[in-house]
Amino acid sequence: MTNLIEIKGVRHAYKTAKGPLPVLDGLELSVPEGGFVAVVGPSGCGKSTLTKLVAGLLKPDEGEVWLHGEKVKSPRSTVGMAFQNPVMLEWRSILKNVMLPLEIVPTKLGKKEQEERARYLLALVGLEGFEDKRPSELSGGMRQRASLCRALVHSPEVLILDEPFGALDAFTREDLWQIMHQVKEKEPFTGVLITHDLRESIYLADQVVVLSGRPARTQFTLDTGISGARDIEHLYTPQAAEMLATLRHQIEIAQGRAPAGAPA
Amino acid sequence: MTFRQIAVPCLAIVIFLALWEALVWVMGWPNYKMASPSDLLPAYERYWSLFLTMGWQTLWRTVVGLLIAVVFGTALGMVMGFSRTMRDALYPLLVGFNAVPKATVVPIVALMFVGMHDFNTVLIAFMISFFPIAVSVSIGLSTLEPEYRDILRSLGASQSTIFWKIALPKTLPEFFGALKVAVTLAFIGTNLMEIVSPHGRGLGALFDSGKTNSDYPLMFAVLIALAFLGIVLYYVVVALEKIFAGWAERPQG
Repeated sequence: MTNLIEIKGVRHAYKTAKGPLPVLDGLELSVPEGGFVAVVGPSGCGKSTLTKLVAGLLKPDEGEVWLHGEKVKSPRSTVGMAFQNPVMLEWRSILKNVMLPLEIVPTKLGKKEQEERARYLLALVGLEGFEDKRPSELSGGMRQRASLCRALVHSPEVLILDEPFGALDAFTREDLWQIMHQVKEKEPFTGVLITHDLRESIYLADQVVVLSGRPARTQFTLDTGISGARDIEHLYTPQAAEMLATLRHQIEIAQGRAPAGAPA
Repeated sequence: MTFRQIAVPCLAIVIFLALWEALVWVMGWPNYKMASPSDLLPAYERYWSLFLTMGWQTLWRTVVGLLIAVVFGTALGMVMGFSRTMRDALYPLLVGFNAVPKATVVPIVALMFVGMHDFNTVLIAFMISFFPIAVSVSIGLSTLEPEYRDILRSLGASQSTIFWKIALPKTLPEFFGALKVAVTLAFIGTNLMEIVSPHGRGLGALFDSGKTNSDYPLMFAVLIALAFLGIVLYYVVVALEKIFAGWAERPQG
């Protein structure tokens, strides 16, 4: 079976006043259908650039991005995105915010079915009863949940999450991790999660990819050995501790603080 | 609107008028030095039909100038908000244009379009009031968080969809803020033309005739009538803001 997301030898540089600034250099990434990959790496290493490439918002200078056997040349409606900043249209109700993608993406659903789908997703993330509230009436964690619903409402194949839980407090974050697993069981997608949180990466993903410092290449890939939902207790097992130590060490290499190859 | 919301400003106006009356009475000023509110009533009584016709002339010309300013200012703001090059190119011109005192432009415009009184007046009202609108729209559009754009762009939305669905509604609070400033500016513009280049129309001309005839209470009465029109138009804008950008208001407390 081919992979749903396939990134091959991607190089990309931003044009700046001081000349080109290479951010990605020789990036390889493949995610099987239904897989969930977490991407970690030092700050500013080009993780967000990676999401823009997968979403088709940017074209790589070199290399190829494939989605479902097709080369990505422009944005496509089979992608859903959620960001650290859960931007909401403040003048719309939560329900109308969630329904936004359906106004742009061609859909077979009628008006009533669209609304039902949005309501169903909101209930799935525990926002039942908040459909008619304004975004400003919701807490940060609730806005992030609504933003997740919006990213999923058009049933995308690929869900791109760019540090969606980064600005939340630790307890809200753990809540949302569990909600992520519940949602993925009911609404299967292929996920790419950008994160700075190593615990988050091994709790949510099947595979954790460590990027090197800028310009980023794929430095290390860790298989968490589990896929699908898992208990939060999983984070407190010896295997989890070992994985965290390995990832920690790889990040230090990426930051240039530890020599490559030294044991963790 | 609650009783409190109406009663408090009305009370403030009554207190203001009482203090004004008291000041003139205590200082013993004659009405050619400073008219008191009690001098104004006879003036309104005597010239009420003039106040109505000329007040209407001032009002419609101000509103037309303001409407043109809204259309032109929004269009200019869009051009500057979406294109960095246009922003860099137009800002100095715009600031320079705005810095020229409009009182100096009035005689030029009056000469340029001699005889076209209504056109002249509307033109000045427009020229003085489009600047804040253009600036606020351009800032509103250029400071749109990139995530808003990305969410729609990643779904394949066109630039115009992004504008109508996100950029325009998101800019409305700034737009109305600027419109409140523009309303009072437009009144200044209309009256500048009516006073500096009087052609017998509008409250400005009435003010000028009061000056010529040394009718000081009339001059003060015109000022108060202008203030009244300004308040009315301002609250029209506030009402529109409530309808179209009420979401931006956070509940208090």
